[in-house]
Amino acid sequence: MSGVLSSIFEPGFFSSGPVHAALLTGAVVAAVSGAVGVFTVLRSQSFAGHSLSDLGTLGGSGAFLLGVGPLWGFITAGVVVGGAMDLAGSQRRNSRDVATGIVLGAVLGLSALLLYFDTTSSSTTGVTVTVLFGSLFAVSGFTVPATLAFAGLGLAALALCHRPLLLSSVSGDLAAARGIRVRLLGLVFMIVMGVTVALSSLIVGTILSPALLIGPAATALRLTRRPLAAMGVAAALGAAATWLGILLAYDSYHWPPIGDGWPVSSFVVALIFAAYLLSALRRPGRVLPDNTVNAMTGAV
Amino acid sequence: MFAPFMENTWITASIIAAIAALVGFFVVLRGATFTAHAVPNAAFAGAAGAGLIGVSSLIGLGAFSVGGALLIGVLSRRGRHDAVTALIVALMLGLGALFLSWSTEYAPEIYSLLFGEVLGLSGNDTSLTAILAVACVLILACVYRPLLLSSTLPEVAEARGISAARIDALFLVLVALATTTAVPVVGALLMFSLMIGPPAAARALTKHPAPAMALGVVLALATVWIAIAASYQTNWPIGFFVGVGSAAWYVLARIGAWASSRVRSGHAP
Repeated sequence: MSGVLSSIFEPGFFSSGPVHAALLTGAVVAAVSGAVGVFTVLRSQSFAGHSLSDLGTLGGSGAFLLGVGPLWGFITAGVVVGGAMDLAGSQRRNSRDVATGIVLGAVLGLSALLLYFDTTSSSTTGVTVTVLFGSLFAVSGFTVPATLAFAGLGLAALALCHRPLLLSSVSGDLAAARGIRVRLLGLVFMIVMGVTVALSSLIVGTILSPALLIGPAATALRLTRRPLAAMGVAAALGAAATWLGILLAYDSYHWPPIGDGWPVSSFVVALIFAAYLLSALRRPGRVLPDNTVNAMTGAV
Repeated sequence: MFAPFMENTWITASIIAAIAALVGFFVVLRGATFTAHAVPNAAFAGAAGAGLIGVSSLIGLGAFSVGGALLIGVLSRRGRHDAVTALIVALMLGLGALFLSWSTEYAPEIYSLLFGEVLGLSGNDTSLTAILAVACVLILACVYRPLLLSSTLPEVAEARGISAARIDALFLVLVALATTTAVPVVGALLMFSLMIGPPAAARALTKHPAPAMALGVVLALATVWIAIAASYQTNWPIGFFVGVGSAAWYVLARIGAWASSRVRSGHAP
C-alpha cells in the first residue's frame, strides 16, 4: 500500500515548502477563476478574458523591467486594460471582437518590446518564459498572502453583485428594464475579471490563464444548467486540475526525455481540456446556447 | 538595409503581408478575430514540436495550424464557439510549453518564435512561402463568391445550397495556410494583428469588397515595410512595429471615417 502511495506521491511531495505554497495559491486562484469564468462564458466574453490575460504580459514584463513583483504588474494591467476595453467596446459582438483584437495586437507589440528590453538590459534571460508560461513553484513569500487577499476581494465583489450580474448576462434588456445599470455592472465585472486573470497569470502564465478561466466554467455549464451550481462545479474542477497538475509536475522530474520536470501549466491545461471533452460525452446535444439562456431566464 | 542578405526578408515579408490582408478581409467580415488569434498560437506549438523531432518547422507549423483550425471547427459545432476557441488556444500553448521544456532551445529562439525574426531567412524559405501563398490565392479565387455570400448573408447562402459548415472549414484552412507562411517571420503572437489591423482599417473606409481588399493589402504592405526598416535600424523586435503599426492604421481609418461622415452630414467645422 505504502509502495503504491509513494509511487504516486514522490517522496518529499508533502514536506516541500514550494509545493505547499503552490497547492494553496493554486487551489484558491483556480476556484476564483472558475466562479468568475461561469459569468465570462455566459456573457460570451471569452475573447475579452483571453485578451485580458494576454495583456497581462505587458504588466508582467513591465514589472520585471521596473524591478517590482510581477503580481503588481499583472494586477495593474488587468484592472486598467479591463476598464479601458469595457469603456471603448461597443455592444455588437463582431465589432467588439475587432476592437478587442486591435487593442490586443497593439499591446502585444508593446509587450514584445518590453520583453526585449528585459532580456537585453538585464541578465534575466528566462523572463519571457516566466511571464508567458508562469512559474507556480516559484510562488513564495509575500506573494502568497497578497494573492489570497486579491482572490478574496474578487469573490466578495462577485458575491455582492451576482444576482444583477446574472440577469444582465442572460438578458441585458430585461436587466435594464428592472433599473439595473448594465454598463456600470459590465465595467465592474471586467475589473473583477482583470484581477482574476492577473492571479491565474501568476500560476499558469499569461497565455495559459484563459484555460483556468474558461475551461472549468465551460465544462460546468455543460454538466449543470443552474448558475450557482455551475460556479461551484467550476471552482472544484479548476482546483482539482491545478492540484493534479502540480502533483504530476512534481512526479515528472524523473520522466523522460530529460530529468528536469514537465511544466505545470501544460499538465493543468491538458487536464482541463480532457474534462471538457469528457463532459461532451456525458450529455451530447445539451449545450445549445439558446436552451441554456432560456433555462436561466426561467431560473432567475 | 537593402544588403543582399536582407533581400529574402523583404520578398517574404511582402508576400506574407499581402496574404494576411486578403485572408484578413474575410476574418474581419466574419468577425472571426478570436479564431485568427487562436490559429497562430497553435502554429507556435507546431514549430516547437517540429524543432523537437528535427523536421522542418514549416511542416510542424502547417500540421498544427490546420489541425488546430479544424479542431476549433469540429468542437464549436457542439459548444460555444468562443469558449472552445479559448480552450484550444490554451491547449496549444500548453503543448508548446511542454515541447519547449523538452527541447534544448534557448530563450531567444522561443522569443523569436513568439514575436518574430526578420534576419536569417533563406532563399528556400522564400520559395516555400511563395508556393503556399499561391495556393492560398488560388483557393481564395475559387471560393471568393460563396465565401463572401456566406460571410455577409449566411441565410441566403444556405438557401442557395452553400453549406455553412463546409465554408467554415474551408475558411479555417485558409487562415491556417496564411498563418503557416507568416509565423516564422512576424511571430505567433503578432501574426493576427497583421490579419486584423489593415483589413479592419480598410473596411472602416470603404464597404465595397474589392476596394477594401486592395486597400487592406496596401496598408499591410506599408506596415510590414515600415516595420522591417524600423526594426533594422533600431534592432528592436519586428513584432513591436507590426503590432503598433497595424493598430495605428485602424485608429487613423476610424478617425478618417468619422471626419468624412461629419463632412457629409453637413456638420463640417
